[in-house]
Amino acid sequence: MSAILGNTGRATLNALYAASTVCVLMVDTLNWMIWQPLRGKGLRVRSVVEHFVEFGVRSMPIVGLICGLIGVIMALQAAHTLEKWGAAALIADLVGISALRELAPLMTAILITGRCGSAITAEIGTMKVAEEIDALNVMGLNPTKFLVVPKFLAMLLAVPCVTVLAMLIMILGGAFAGVVLVGVDPVVYYNQTAGALTRMDLLSGLTKSFFFAVTICWVGVFRGFRVSGGAEGVGRETTSSVVTSILIIIIVDLVWTSLFFSQ
Amino acid sequence: MENDTDNIIEVRDLVVKYGDRTVLDGINLDVKRGEVFVILGGSGCGKSTLLRNLVGLMRPYSGQILFNGRDFTKMNDEERVETRKKMGMCFQGSALFNSMTVGDNVALALREHTDLEASTIDIMTKIKLELVGLGGFESFMPAELSGGMMKRAGLARAMAMDPHIIFYDEPSAGLDPIVGAGLDMLIRKMQSTFNLTSVVVTHEMESVKLIADRIVMLDKGKVIGLGTLEEIKNIDHPFIEQFFARRPDAEGEDTAAYLESLTNSE
Ligand SMILES: Nc1ncnc2c1ncn2[C@@H]1O[C@H](COP(=O)(O)OP(=O)(O)O)[C@@H](O)[C@H]1O
Ligand SMILES: [Mg+2]
Repeated sequence: MSAILGNTGRATLNALYAASTVCVLMVDTLNWMIWQPLRGKGLRVRSVVEHFVEFGVRSMPIVGLICGLIGVIMALQAAHTLEKWGAAALIADLVGISALRELAPLMTAILITGRCGSAITAEIGTMKVAEEIDALNVMGLNPTKFLVVPKFLAMLLAVPCVTVLAMLIMILGGAFAGVVLVGVDPVVYYNQTAGALTRMDLLSGLTKSFFFAVTICWVGVFRGFRVSGGAEGVGRETTSSVVTSILIIIIVDLVWTSLFFSQ
Repeated sequence: MENDTDNIIEVRDLVVKYGDRTVLDGINLDVKRGEVFVILGGSGCGKSTLLRNLVGLMRPYSGQILFNGRDFTKMNDEERVETRKKMGMCFQGSALFNSMTVGDNVALALREHTDLEASTIDIMTKIKLELVGLGGFESFMPAELSGGMMKRAGLARAMAMDPHIIFYDEPSAGLDPIVGAGLDMLIRKMQSTFNLTSVVVTHEMESVKLIADRIVMLDKGKVIGLGTLEEIKNIDHPFIEQFFARRPDAEGEDTAAYLESLTNSE
């Protein structure tokens, strides 16, 4: 019994400790992202651009490909049911709304977690193991300013950009399947899509992707700084970084969706 | 100099703990301006931990670390950054930034902390690299260098801001005797050319003989000897005798003692 209580207590303490570390890191990042640059302490713009290219531009091919294919799959799956009711044109509504509200932001976030969230953890973790973080500190260079802020800003820009692309390609994939494979009239399909989508759908999806970006970067950075004990420590944290990040993304998605639809 | 005392570093009653376990227990020592000061002791006795406290990478549990007469542990972040510009550190594994060229590694601190023009920084980088015998290696990546060259490059990086004091963690560990001796000569050369205070952590007797002005001997988190090599040798202490005679512990004794040190926390 006391063992159970002890373990519960320890788990709670660990969770609280993790939460406090994340908060400290967050405050520090905002400090070096907003307050310090205003005081003339500089922002590493070149590093932001480099990371944007890595997180955003280089993610586009794979995200585009996968989202295009998912668009096709969605249309084909929907056709199976909708055709029975003679409502094949509604494929356009289904694909469009799902893409904007849900699937494009989610798929983009998950793919960027796999590509870049893990890379962030691995990079910071390796630097920690090799004492490079200590070296930065001893040289009077702040690791948050150097390593975290550029990644954070780049991620905040990259994820929404890639998400917009993903939405577009997913709808195009659906249209291709709907028109070419199922045989819906192209004009009808276009009008259905245009009629179904509202600005709110787009906004909902983009806001989500913004929170996803914060999650991907945070989890990656936090796990990276937690690495201890050599190369296998880097591997362990990298794996769990991806899992944690995807889990939190889904939870954020759930919370956001329930708020959005309850209004 | 900002302070007239001979001591650039003074450590008073330093206690350092990892969790509940005391690793350094009441350390007192002074480092004199311009000397090569060696921290000597067995593996795991807390040498690196002491060094990490001296450069402010860790906060001690209690005690004071005075740098030029000012308490390092009580400074705010900005004062600490200013103080660190006057310190250089060479890490055990060199800790070069792997994503940057050797030249960029050396130039980084200059670019971030000074308003010098790019061409001036280039020249200073070249000079620092030549100083450690790596002239012409600016555009190499750290992974392309040998172990000894990486440590030299780490030294060039530590020297970039013309520090008052430089810390070395096991400079010749993991290197063959010839390369290791080369690094020892380099440490001596830095000290004599720039009158640079050097604090060197090591466990190798050969390099101690070559470089040390004064030595502090650590065992089980305590100072057991402080002075010149001759003075240390004459101290009557079983560990010092054993250390200098290179005599092993009796079988099992060291692991038993290690386990005890792990469990013996307050
Ligand atoms: N981050 C850490 N957490 C817990 N214990 C540590 C940590 N770093 C070092 N130690 C322990 O502190 C002791 C001293 O370590 P260290 O200063 O690295 O020794 P040395 O450099 O003399 O070999 C060792 O027993 C080591 O196990
Ligand atoms: Mg060590």
